[in-house]
Amino acid sequence: MAEITQLTRHIESYIDTSSSDEDASLNAIVSLVKTDVLPLRALVTKLEMYLTATDDDIRGRGILLLAEVITRIESKPLDSATIHILVGFFKDRLADWRAVRGALVGCLALIRRKSVLGIVTSSDAKAIAQSFFQYMQVQSLGQYDRKLCFELLDCLLEHYSDMVTTLGDDLIYGICASIDAEMDPECLMLAFHVVESLARLYPDSSGPLASFAKDVFDILEPYFPLRITHPNNGDTHEQRDNLSRSLMIESLKYLTVCSSKYGAERIAKYAKSIWSSIKDTLLKCLGESDFSLNIAPVDGIGFPENEFEMEALSLLQQLIVQNSSLIVSLIIEDDDVNIIFNTIASYEIYDAIPVPEKKKLHAIGRILYITSKTTITSCNAVFESFFSRMMDNLGSSFNNIDSFPNGDTSPSQRVKFGFLYLCIELLAGFRELIVGSEEPELLYAIEHETCCTMLHSFSSSLFNAFGSVLAASADRCPLDPDICIGVKGLQILAMFHSDVFSIQQSIFENILKKLMSIIIEDFNNKILWEAALKALYHIGSFVHKFHESEKAVCYRSLVAEKIVELLFLDDHPVPFSFKVEALSNIGMTGIKNMLTCLQGLRGAVFANLSKVCVRMTHENGGLEDFAVQFVVDIWSQAENCIVFDTLLKEKGLLDALMKAMKLSVGSCSVENQNLIIQKAYSILSSHSNFQLKEVERVLLSPEKYDISLRDEGLISLFASVVIAVCPKTLIPNLRVLVHLFRVVLLRGIVPVAQALGSILNKLVSTSNSAENSSDLTLEEALDIIFDTKIWFSSTDMWQQCNGTSNGKEVTLTDICLGFANDKLLQINVICGLSWIGKGLLLRGHEKIKDITMTFIECLIGTNTALPLMKDSLENTEEQIQDTLVMKSAADAFHVLMSDCEVCLNRKFHATIQPLYKQRFFSSMMPIFLQLITKAYYPLSRSFLYRAFAHILSDTPMVAVLSDAKKLIPVLLDCLSVLTEDIQDKDMLYGLLLVLSGILTDKYGQDAVIENAHIIINCLIKLVDYPHKMLVRETALQCLVALSELPHARVYPMRTQVLRAISKCLDDTKRSVRHEAVKCRQTWASMSSRSLHF
Amino acid sequence: MVSGLINANPVIYEKKERRARTAPSTFHDEYAVEPIDQQEDPEYSYSLEQLKVVTEEAIEVDDKRNYVRVTFTPTVQHCSMVTIIGLCIHVKLMRSLPSRYKVDIRVAPGSHTTVDEVNKQLRDKERIAAAMENPNIVHLLDDCLAPSFD
Repeated sequence: MAEITQLTRHIESYIDTSSSDEDASLNAIVSLVKTDVLPLRALVTKLEMYLTATDDDIRGRGILLLAEVITRIESKPLDSATIHILVGFFKDRLADWRAVRGALVGCLALIRRKSVLGIVTSSDAKAIAQSFFQYMQVQSLGQYDRKLCFELLDCLLEHYSDMVTTLGDDLIYGICASIDAEMDPECLMLAFHVVESLARLYPDSSGPLASFAKDVFDILEPYFPLRITHPNNGDTHEQRDNLSRSLMIESLKYLTVCSSKYGAERIAKYAKSIWSSIKDTLLKCLGESDFSLNIAPVDGIGFPENEFEMEALSLLQQLIVQNSSLIVSLIIEDDDVNIIFNTIASYEIYDAIPVPEKKKLHAIGRILYITSKTTITSCNAVFESFFSRMMDNLGSSFNNIDSFPNGDTSPSQRVKFGFLYLCIELLAGFRELIVGSEEPELLYAIEHETCCTMLHSFSSSLFNAFGSVLAASADRCPLDPDICIGVKGLQILAMFHSDVFSIQQSIFENILKKLMSIIIEDFNNKILWEAALKALYHIGSFVHKFHESEKAVCYRSLVAEKIVELLFLDDHPVPFSFKVEALSNIGMTGIKNMLTCLQGLRGAVFANLSKVCVRMTHENGGLEDFAVQFVVDIWSQAENCIVFDTLLKEKGLLDALMKAMKLSVGSCSVENQNLIIQKAYSILSSHSNFQLKEVERVLLSPEKYDISLRDEGLISLFASVVIAVCPKTLIPNLRVLVHLFRVVLLRGIVPVAQALGSILNKLVSTSNSAENSSDLTLEEALDIIFDTKIWFSSTDMWQQCNGTSNGKEVTLTDICLGFANDKLLQINVICGLSWIGKGLLLRGHEKIKDITMTFIECLIGTNTALPLMKDSLENTEEQIQDTLVMKSAADAFHVLMSDCEVCLNRKFHATIQPLYKQRFFSSMMPIFLQLITKAYYPLSRSFLYRAFAHILSDTPMVAVLSDAKKLIPVLLDCLSVLTEDIQDKDMLYGLLLVLSGILTDKYGQDAVIENAHIIINCLIKLVDYPHKMLVRETALQCLVALSELPHARVYPMRTQVLRAISKCLDDTKRSVRHEAVKCRQTWASMSSRSLHF
Repeated sequence: MVSGLINANPVIYEKKERRARTAPSTFHDEYAVEPIDQQEDPEYSYSLEQLKVVTEEAIEVDDKRNYVRVTFTPTVQHCSMVTIIGLCIHVKLMRSLPSRYKVDIRVAPGSHTTVDEVNKQLRDKERIAAAMENPNIVHLLDDCLAPSFD
C-alpha cells in the first residue's frame, strides 16, 4: 500500500511542470503499472480529476502522463476492451488542441503496439484517422507536435494501409494539407515518407491520387533543390547533411515513380529540367572515381556506389527507356558533357587531371554507362557521337592495327587516360545491354547495329590502348588508375558473347596472353598482378557460364595449363604463394579448368614431396622425430590396402614416396632406423603374397616371378628403406630377404636391385665377424646371390635348349649370359647385376671383376647361343633383341661408374673406398683398348665403344690425363659412334667435356699435338651437331683451344676450320653464335691480322 | 695530324642493360648489336656505346632480307675519326655476321659536317678493301676491335 500512497505524490510531481524530477515520478508510476500493483484502470480513475480538469495545463499534463505510461508499457499485454476505451479517449482528445500533445502521444503509442500484446482494431484505427483529419491543423502546431503528427500518419499508412485506403480523397487531401508548407527538416523527412507510402497505396494511374498529383507535385516541388540556411554549428551539420541527402534520394525515387506512372508523353515536357537536375546531382554528389580496385564487379569500373548515384542513374535509365531519342540528344548536346570531352583531352595521366575535372569525368562516365546500357537505340546514339571521337583522341598510333602487336608503345605516345576511362564505361554499358538482354530477336538483330560494327572495327586499337597503359618499362611503373583501367578494359573486351557479338579470336587470345604475361612477369607489382588475376578469373567464369566452347579451349590452353606449368618451374621467380593463389582462382572458373589445375597441383605435390623432405631433414636437423613419424605414416598407409592401391595408380607418386622415404630414413639415427625397418618388415611379412617362409625353396616358373602392381609397390618401398639404412642398422631376417630380392630382381624391379647392391655394400665380411650382428655375412650373401641356383619349372623355353628335364636350375650369371634364352629376363638380370656390382665396386670387393667380365662377355658375344655370330639377315627380330641386350650391358658400366643420387651414396651411408673410380678405370682401360682393336664385328665394337665411353666420362680427369696419348684415338672413335643416335646426346656431351679437359690441360697437350688433325676433323663434325646446343658450344671452345697449338700443326687446317665455323655464325642459339665469332677471330688472325679469311 | 684530342671532354653514358631476350627472338637485331657495343672508340678507351656513338635503337636488322643497317653519331660534328669508326663497325660486322648479310654503315644525318662524303666513302667496297690492305689501318682496327672479342 505504501506504493499506492506514494502514487498521488508521483502524479502531483509529474503534473507540476515546475518540478524537476518528472522522469523519476513517471518511472515510478510505470513500474507500479508494470508490476500489476496498480491496474491501468485504477490509474485512469486516479487520474480522472486531472484528465477532466478545466485548466489547460493540468489537463494537458494529465493526458500526457497517461499517454507516456502507455508508451512505456508497450511490452505489457492489454485486453482489447481496454485498448478500445483508450483509443476512444485519445481520439476524442485530438479535438482538444490545447492538450493535443498527450492525445498524439497516446494514439501513437497505441497504434505502435505489437499484435501479440493486443492491438488497435482496424475500425478503431480508422476512427483515429478520421478524428485526426477532422480536428488536426498540423501546420498550426509546434515543431515537436508536427513531428508527432507525421509519425502518426506514417504509422497509420504503414500498419493499417488497407483500412485507411477506404478514406479515399479525405486521406489524400488530409495529408496534402498536413504537409503543405512544412519547413522543418525532420518533419519534412517524415512527410516525404508519408507521401511515398501514399503513392504506394494508390498505384493506379486513374486512382484518387492521380487527381491530386498536381497538388502533390506543387507541394513537393519547391523543396528542390534544397537550400539550407541554418547556421552551421557542430551537431546540426551532420544532421543537415543527412537530411539533405535523404531528401534528395527521396525526391529522386519520387521522380522515378512519377515518370513511370505518368508515362512518356506527360514527362516529356519536364525531361529537360529533370535531365539537368540529374546531371547537377551527379556532378555535385559523385566524388572522384576510386581506382583502387578492391572491389571489381563485372560491369564497369567498380566504385562504391552511393545511393544518390544509384537513384539518379535509375531515374535517368527510366527516362531513356521512355524517351530515348529526346534524352539521348539532350545528353549528346549537353554543354557540360562536351566541355569535359575537351578538357580531358589535354591530360595524359589521371593524376594530372584537377580534382573538379576528375569528379566531372566520373559523372559523365556513369551517364554514358547508363545510356549505352539502357536500350539499343540509345547505345547506338552514344557510340555514334562519342565513341569514334574518343578513339580518334586516344592517340593516333593505336588506330593502326598492326603497329603494336604486343601493346608496346613508347612513352611519348601515351594514351589519354580520360578517354580510355569513358571508353570502358561505354563498353561496359554495351556489354550489359547484350548480356542482360533476354530477348532473342534483339540479340540476332544486334550484329548489324552501329555500335557493333564500330566496336568491331576498333577492337584491336582498343586492345592496343589498354595493353599500352599496362606496359611497364624500366622508367615507368603503371599507376593504380592505369592498372585499373587497362585490366578492366581487357576484361570487358574479352567478355562479349561470341554468338551475339564477338571480337576476333586472335584478340581474345592476345588479351589472355597479355594478362598471363602480367601473371608471369609482374608479380612485384602486387596491385597489377591481383587485378590481372581477377580479370582472368572473371573471363574464365564468363566463358564457362555461357558455354563458349571455342574460347574455353583457348582459355584452357593459354591460362589454365600455363599456370599449372608455372607450378613446376622451381627456378621461376614467381613466389610460391602467388602461384597457388593464381591456381586456386583459375580453378574456380569452371569444372574443366578445376580438373586441369588439380591434376597440376597433385603432380607438383608429388614432385615436391621429396624436396620438402630434403629441406626438412637438412635444414632442421632437430626434426628427426618428425621424419620418423612421417615414415611410419607412410607405412601405415601402405598397410591400408585400398588407400595404397589408389595411390599407386597415380603415376610418379610411388617414386616420390620412395624418395621421401629414403631421405627421411637416411637422416635418422640407427635406433630410429631399427624401429622403422621393424615396422616395415612386419608389414611386408604380413603380406602373404611373398611367402617369405618358403622363398628359399620356391620353384620358379615364368609366371611365378610375375608380381602384382601392389606387391611391386610394397617391395619397392621396403627396398628404399633398406637402401637408406646405416651399416649398423639391423635388417631383420636378412637371409630370407636376400633370397626374396633376388627372385624379384628377375622381374626387373630396379629399387630391389639397388637394395641388394646396398646390402652387399654394407654387410660385414666373415674376417671381422666379431662385430657382425646380422644373421648373414657378406660371403654368405654373395653365395646366395651368385651361386645358389634358381629353380625354373619346366616350360618350353627350356625344352628349346635342353629338350629334356622337368625343371632346371641356373645361376644369375648364366641368365646374364643368355642361357635362359629369354631376352627380357636377360636384360633385367644385367640391370640388376649392375647395381649389385656397383655396391661391390664402391667397397672395393674382388667380386666386381667377375661381374664386369660377365658384362664384357655379353658385349663381345662369346656366347655361342647368340645368333649374332651367324651374321644372317633372317633373324632380324632376334638381332634387335640382341642389340638391346648388348646395349644394356654397355649401359651397366654407366651404373657402375656414375655418381648415383638414388642409392649408394654418402647420404645413404654407403661404404665408399677412396679412388675406386681411378682403380676401376686403370684396370678396365687395357682390357677395353685390347678388345676394341680385336673386335671382329662392327656391332660389338660399337657397343664396346659405348661401354668405354661410359667409363671415360665418369673417370676423374687426372686419371685420364696420364693416359691421354693412348686414349685420344679411342675417344674420338667413341665420339663419332655416339653422334649416330639422338638419344646419346647427353653421353656425347659428357665425353666431349673429357676431350676439352685434355685439350686445356698442359699435360694433355703433348698427346693432342700428335693427333691434332684427327681431333680437328672430329670437332668440325660436331660444331653443327643439331640435337644439343652445349655440344656445339663446347666443340667451338675446343677449337679455340686447339688454335693455341704450334703453328705448324694447326695452320694447314685453318681454311677447313674457318669454313666449318662460318656455318655456326648463323646458329639458332645466341651463345653458339657468340662462341663462333670468337673462334673465327682466333683462327682468322692466326697467321696475319688481316681481314682475309 | 691534330695535336690535341678532337673532343677533349666527351659525355660518357651508362651502358644500357641488354634487354632479356626470348629465344627465338622476333627481331634478330642481337646479331648485330652484341658485336658492336664492345667496340672501342679510336680516340678514347670508352666503348662506342658508352659514348652513344652507336645505340641499340640505331641498328636495324632485317633477318629475312639479310640486311643490316647501322647509323652512328659521332660525338662532335667535325670528328676526324668518323671514317675509322665506320670502318671499325663494318669490319666487326663482317667478322661476326654470317656471310649472307649485306652490311650498310652510315653516319646519322646532320651529325657531321661532311655526312654525304663520309657515307659515300663507307659505301665504297673498293675503298674498304684498299684500306684493309694498309697495314697501319689494319693494326689500328685490330686494336680497336680487340676488346670486343674477349
